[in-house]
Amino acid sequence: MLRTRRSLRHRATPALLLAPGLLLFLVVIVFSALRTFWISLHAWDGFGPMTWVGLSNYAELWGDPQFWVSLRNNVIWLAVFLLAPPMGLAIALLVNQKIRTMRLAKSLFFMPLVLSTVTVGVIFVWFYDPSYGLLALLFHAFGASPPAVLSSDTWVTFAVVFAALWPQVAFCMILFLAGLNTLDEEIIGAGRVDNARGWQMLRHIVLPQLRQVAFIALAISMIGALRSFDIIAVMTSGGPFGSSTNLAYQMYQESLFSYRFGYGAALATVLFAIMMVFIVWYLLRLLRDERSA
Amino acid sequence: MYPRQIPETRPVARLAYAACVWIVLAVWLLPVFAIMLTALRTLEDVMAGNYWGWPDRINLWGNLVAVFTQTDMLRYFLNSLIITLPSTALVLILSTMTGYVLARHRFPGATLLFATFIAGNFMPQQVFMIPVRDLMVSLGLYDTFGALIIFHVAFQTGFATLFMRNFIAALPNELFQAARAEGASPGQVLVQIVVPLVRPALAALSILLFTFIWNDYFWAIVLTQTDAVKPVTAGLANLRGEWASSWNVISAATLFVAIPPVVMFFLMQRHFVAGLTMGAVKG
Repeated sequence: MLRTRRSLRHRATPALLLAPGLLLFLVVIVFSALRTFWISLHAWDGFGPMTWVGLSNYAELWGDPQFWVSLRNNVIWLAVFLLAPPMGLAIALLVNQKIRTMRLAKSLFFMPLVLSTVTVGVIFVWFYDPSYGLLALLFHAFGASPPAVLSSDTWVTFAVVFAALWPQVAFCMILFLAGLNTLDEEIIGAGRVDNARGWQMLRHIVLPQLRQVAFIALAISMIGALRSFDIIAVMTSGGPFGSSTNLAYQMYQESLFSYRFGYGAALATVLFAIMMVFIVWYLLRLLRDERSA
Repeated sequence: MYPRQIPETRPVARLAYAACVWIVLAVWLLPVFAIMLTALRTLEDVMAGNYWGWPDRINLWGNLVAVFTQTDMLRYFLNSLIITLPSTALVLILSTMTGYVLARHRFPGATLLFATFIAGNFMPQQVFMIPVRDLMVSLGLYDTFGALIIFHVAFQTGFATLFMRNFIAALPNELFQAARAEGASPGQVLVQIVVPLVRPALAALSILLFTFIWNDYFWAIVLTQTDAVKPVTAGLANLRGEWASSWNVISAATLFVAIPPVVMFFLMQRHFVAGLTMGAVKG
């Protein structure tokens, strides 16, 4: 009797501990993600009843030029964010010296990461200002007339992505600095004995040891690129004329401004699908590493 | 260490190197200096196009007074605290419990559950927007602190569980075996062994969560409407519309918004960095 009661308690407690966090997560996050897919099969204004329309939201997406603009911009975000890991590594190598004031310099390099994206957006709108911004001053210094990057449909996405790259590089730098501190001193020493220098040393001895960190920096950058929204909302609101929207931003506009929640949900589902590719890749690697550890 | 260290015996080279790093840093932080300098200016100075020169008169106080008396930034600031502090505390409690179970108890579906937490945490948050907004409307929570707190707690619990699970899994196994041998129940193990040992993890996690939640903008504009509940990020974005060319006031407000996360970061820098890199670097 005593034994069964005890074993029951030993089994029940973990379940009870797991329950609140798990339930909240399942209801608010997992269920919502699935429900987004369900809503994408309907026409819905967000208030009234939903009408089943099957895949016609997706068919409409295919013919919607704005969707292709958003998709192209998502690709630009991904491509430019590929720069974050190498730039982060470069800064990490630069500051990884035991010299006085270097610790303070490191923390100041991290700073963009702590600022909110809204702050970063406001700062860069200021930076890109075509009459007095720093970019304009640089152009004037070379005798050129400065472009209004935020109102040019060619440059606007690049201008926004470069602003977003700033904190992302800081993030990658933190990861690489931590990685550099776990390097195997013996292998480095052996490399030095063999006269490996500079680029060779980095390429053949240091980088192989940083593979795990580089992978995480890359994965986090790709995810960051796909979920970007705040900085677009703050800097351009998707403009001029919708040329800087991405899937996340277009989805927000279609739902909350045009009251086309079904169509918005279809956009969200496409974003979900693209993200799933990256997440599965990440999870498979993570589980493999965990097994082998 | 890599790169090769400049030896102590070459003080001039060390000094020159440090100087170079600080120059790069100055360029790196140029946008921040611009905002700081602008927060010091008068409106006439801004209007005259003096964006990068020294301010003609230091007017930081005047700009701050404008932020506090002519805008609702103080209200938004309090709102942000009301949202961020309880959310952070709740996530810490929930994730210690879930992380402990996932790290120390084997049960069918544990890997799947773990994968779900990771996947949910990496999803672009826009994917949940429509259903979460609908859920909050039907619960009568739309445009209340509750809506934001519930969402942040649910979402961050995914990340935090991951974090705590990895930390608790790395604790020495002998402790748990000894406790089990003495007949301690899972609840006792959690309270008497896990909680005292995870304090560093909780410190790191709390500063990360505080920063994430404080800096949220997307849910602020999706789940709130009125000034009474709007957090400071949404408030700042509004301010840009209302004070279009008063960059001196906008800059002062921008600095004000950035203060809590930056102060937290400098006070608890070690924890912040440890938090971000934990799991990323397993040696």
